[in-house]
Amino acid sequence: MNLRRFFTRTQSAPAARDRLQLLLAHERASAGGSDLLAKLRDEILLAIAKHVQIDSDKVSVKMERGAQVSTLAVDIEIPFEAAAKKAA
Amino acid sequence: MGKVIVVTSGKGGVGKTTSSAALGAALAQGGDKVVVVDFDVGLRNLDLIMGAERRVVYDLVNVIQGEAKLAQALIRDKRVETLYLLPASQTRDKDNLTAEGVEKVISALKSVFDWVICDSPAGIERGATLAMRHADIAIVVTNPEVSSVRDSDRIIGLLDSKTLKAENGERMEKHLLLTRYDPARAERGDMLKVDDVLEILSIPLLGIIPESMEVLRASNLGTPVTLADERSVPAVAYFQAARRLKGEDLPITIPGERRGFFGKMFGRKAA
Repeated sequence: MNLRRFFTRTQSAPAARDRLQLLLAHERASAGGSDLLAKLRDEILLAIAKHVQIDSDKVSVKMERGAQVSTLAVDIEIPFEAAAKKAA
Repeated sequence: MGKVIVVTSGKGGVGKTTSSAALGAALAQGGDKVVVVDFDVGLRNLDLIMGAERRVVYDLVNVIQGEAKLAQALIRDKRVETLYLLPASQTRDKDNLTAEGVEKVISALKSVFDWVICDSPAGIERGATLAMRHADIAIVVTNPEVSSVRDSDRIIGLLDSKTLKAENGERMEKHLLLTRYDPARAERGDMLKVDDVLEILSIPLLGIIPESMEVLRASNLGTPVTLADERSVPAVAYFQAARRLKGEDLPITIPGERRGFFGKMFGRKAA
């Protein structure tokens, strides 16, 4: 290995420790049945399905579990017809 | 129609997940559309090795049980556009993997991707047999060590009897990937040599991946070895293995860590 690359590289073990701590905190919580993000995801989809017939191909869900903040993005295409029908 | 590869070994800890991620990334880096599927239900780790552990929304079991669409469970790699991951379930029982369910998922993936790489769990139970079931090509990951070679032999037997190809009387294409190889120790006579392993298992060699610090480093960072440092010795070995998978006839070289002055000094002392 090139010596300069060897000395200028940052350590990788701290990244491993941080990633594991974060992942395990989330996994331990979900093992105890309190995976809030998954619960929210399922309940949001249910709530919307009550009002609109959802085409499951038009649903995209993204989650990102963070140390301080996690994000949940639910992207649903609601056709104009379905929205109008329910309103009527 | 894409090709289905199973990465298998029987024995645990020999480098199946590392190799699945590295080969998948290498093929995708060349522009092919690749999905790597984790079959290790209950003990998933491919997500962690590929650095996608925080972004898992749905998994293979959710798709098989009809709780999510396949497209919703696929996670796109943030670094390579054409690389996707289908994670295993961490909390569900592996009995939820059904033969019919797996078949549906694999055939759907095959129609979209150039390569479907199935990362098998260790052992010879349900997860492992389902991972190999639909394969066109098998990569047997083996360490130059007695128990690993024995377990590989067992797995080769299963590949020739329990897969769809075998049951249809076709020949399963099998390749050996020798990992954690230390040329210096083999040279000293303290490690099985490449030819020893090849003679015992008698399947063609796909590549030799040297024992290397780069592999641990890449896993620490959650980056496939071929993405972490494209010029590192194991990365080059994986790139070559990927080219051979695509049909290129490359001569196999035994990768030696090219050591600088310090490397030579410390290398000697450590030995």
